[in-house]
Amino acid sequence: MWAFPWRLQQHGILGMNKRNVAYISRHNPRHLYPLVDNKLKTKLLAQQAGITTPNLITTIESQYDVSQLAQRLATSQGFAVKPAKGSGGKGILVLNRHDEHHFVKNNGNLITLLDLQRHVSNILSGLYSLGGTPDVAIIEELIEFDPQFNGYSFEGVPDIRVIIFKGFPVMAMMRLATRASDGKANLHQGAVGVGLDIATGKPLHAVQNGESILHHPDTGQDLSQLKIDNWHELLVLAASCYEVTGLGYLGADMVLDLSKGPMLLELNARPGLTIQVANGTGLLHRLQPIDRLSATELNQGPHKRVALAQKWFASEPLINQPS
Amino acid sequence: MKLSGLSPRLSFFLLAGVLFIVGILLILQRHWVYEVPLLYGETQTIWSVEAKVEYNAQDKPVSVVMSRPSNQKGFTILKEAAASPGYGLNFLDGNQPQAQWTIRNANGKQTLFYRAEILESDSEEDQPIPAPVVPFVSLPEPFDEAASNILANAYGTSSDNFSFTRELLKQFNHNTTNQQVVLLRNHYDQQLPQLLVNMLHKAKVPASLIYGLQLQDSRRRQGLIPLLRVWDGDEHALFFFPASPSDNFKIKKNAPLLLWQQTGAPVLDVIGGKQSSIHFSMLKREESAFANIAQNLSSQYDFLNFSIHSLPIEEQAMFQTILLIPIGALIVCLLRILIGIRTSGTFMPVLIALAFIQTSLITGLVGFLLVVTTGLFIRSYLSHLNLLLVARITAVIISVIAIISVFSVLAFKLGLTEGLKITFFPMIILSWTIERMSILWEEEGGREVMIQGGGSLLTAILVYGAMTNPWVRHITFNFIGIQFVVLSLVLLIGSYTGYRLLELTRFKVFSR
Repeated sequence: MWAFPWRLQQHGILGMNKRNVAYISRHNPRHLYPLVDNKLKTKLLAQQAGITTPNLITTIESQYDVSQLAQRLATSQGFAVKPAKGSGGKGILVLNRHDEHHFVKNNGNLITLLDLQRHVSNILSGLYSLGGTPDVAIIEELIEFDPQFNGYSFEGVPDIRVIIFKGFPVMAMMRLATRASDGKANLHQGAVGVGLDIATGKPLHAVQNGESILHHPDTGQDLSQLKIDNWHELLVLAASCYEVTGLGYLGADMVLDLSKGPMLLELNARPGLTIQVANGTGLLHRLQPIDRLSATELNQGPHKRVALAQKWFASEPLINQPS
Repeated sequence: MKLSGLSPRLSFFLLAGVLFIVGILLILQRHWVYEVPLLYGETQTIWSVEAKVEYNAQDKPVSVVMSRPSNQKGFTILKEAAASPGYGLNFLDGNQPQAQWTIRNANGKQTLFYRAEILESDSEEDQPIPAPVVPFVSLPEPFDEAASNILANAYGTSSDNFSFTRELLKQFNHNTTNQQVVLLRNHYDQQLPQLLVNMLHKAKVPASLIYGLQLQDSRRRQGLIPLLRVWDGDEHALFFFPASPSDNFKIKKNAPLLLWQQTGAPVLDVIGGKQSSIHFSMLKREESAFANIAQNLSSQYDFLNFSIHSLPIEEQAMFQTILLIPIGALIVCLLRILIGIRTSGTFMPVLIALAFIQTSLITGLVGFLLVVTTGLFIRSYLSHLNLLLVARITAVIISVIAIISVFSVLAFKLGLTEGLKITFFPMIILSWTIERMSILWEEEGGREVMIQGGGSLLTAILVYGAMTNPWVRHITFNFIGIQFVVLSLVLLIGSYTGYRLLELTRFKVFSR
């Protein structure tokens, strides 16, 4: 039921207070927050730096744009509507075209163009944005689902959260949507978190609602068989977000596209702590050595940083191999 | 905040330490200098003493001078007032404080009142009183010789002025058989106190006749008791006169004695009037120290006395609440940073607790739950209308006001007057709470609403408990220093980087 604090210390578990004081407020200058809190800004920055992101179809910035929605989406078969300043997946709608005036949601429900326009209006009025400020809706191309993840995610594309500290990828986890999480990849809503080895991208340990699991609760898929291609490339992309934003303690949410490979979805200046549970290990043992690095050691390109991190943070899987 | 030459960590702890010490010092200063009790519930005794001066005026200018008591060992004068319509009134301070009533013309029976609130306290020190000059005294024969013999007896059996006085008074004990003493007693009778002072003067012992009032609860028409003050060098001591059968005063054991007049000046001096008399009545109050401090502090207007009590009563009442808010905020800090309780809106629970203070806890809780639940239903309908944010909140505010009005009227009709207190809730805050809870419900589900709503209510109840605690109220209201202590604690809590209590279960997987 309880873990003794010294036991957590032994495992190097990072607590909320220490994260806020020693990592977020010390390494993330406040004036840089808007870069990551606004998905549109993040996207444009990433594109400038050559980081692949889902293609932007259009942005909706005013009620006039809303009335133009049908024309702007005329050529798109599938797209995702997102509030630029939304957080935690709020207000995201993933749609496939059914006919000229109807779209199908992930869960198979049909919505009309009018419903879509209302949703976009809500986004503009700030319904999903941090602090209720007026917002912009961005409409992106859909990610091409990699069939190798078939059975690992219940609706929705699995994404990979990588914690980047001073440009070094320190911990990673894949988030799999479940029926309980309603197709969302939020761990506190019941999504499955699978800790990934920084060295290889192989699964280390999986949890749902804080409990260790071996199989996906909806599909029964063996989580230890999870395999991620282009792992090194994905980590390099994530690590280069450090240069793009200047934020020292960063959570990068990545996805794997079938044809375009790893892509950046969004960035988070206050990444959560559950990744430690998914990995079965604490962050502190990885953050502290990086904190002690000299300026020259820190001042390396993302490729070298990722290579070093892969060397340092190689781990043994805690998931039992199937007999 | 960075001091030169010090690491930021050290200077931080220095700052917190300095704040803490300053706070403690301010509290102790307030306690020692102004005698504000540290603990709630310590009672202090206050005497209301009223002197009633009566005389017959004779259609000419009158001046009445009455001795007033001054601060003395065991007593502090809190407040003085006099009622005397038509008279000019002056409080003359000096070696012997006096009250002077004056009028150009008065006729017939006159009554003047003087009233003092006197606090029994241990803080006052004995004022040094200079010894009077000893006059040359000679009594008419045969009394002079009798007195000389008595003095010679007393002188032989004593060592200093005090023991000499004791020996002298012993001889005047009323069942004495000494013929010379009986002679003096019979002749002087009522003037015995003055006789004894004269005899002491005759023996070159500095002495003066002073008057005191024995304080006894609910006594009326009391007189002053004559007392003998005798000096030996710079030291002086008080002596009671021996009782005589014709005395109209009895000395009560254990009754506190307030010295009304300390210098030998007359207690009452009426110029232009006849048949003057003075009587005293008194009333004892046991009050919690809390109430008296106000009087004590508001009467002292020096700069260091930075007291809320120097404000008008109305502002004081407001500050009583305002000064509690840091305590509430401190509890929120503790619960969020050390425990890890999630609340909806960081300091919303403090505001809810403030409302609970007005409504009482149970009424407040029931009212809060009723309003929020009803509000959530209305809000869920509003969310179908796809309104813009500001308009939606405004609609919620109006709904909340409507809900409160309906519940108030309903409660009143049902005879539940308690229900009327629901209007004390901060309606804008309530509306935001409903809005936030509603969004939380849509986004994170009912479970999160229960967690955060429950956390908020739990926090509000704890904050309410602290804010209504008489000890906490006493300390925050009377000791500004506590605010510094709270600030230093908040700084320390703010730098806590250890685990939160609830994280110990969150990371329970790592208990292996």
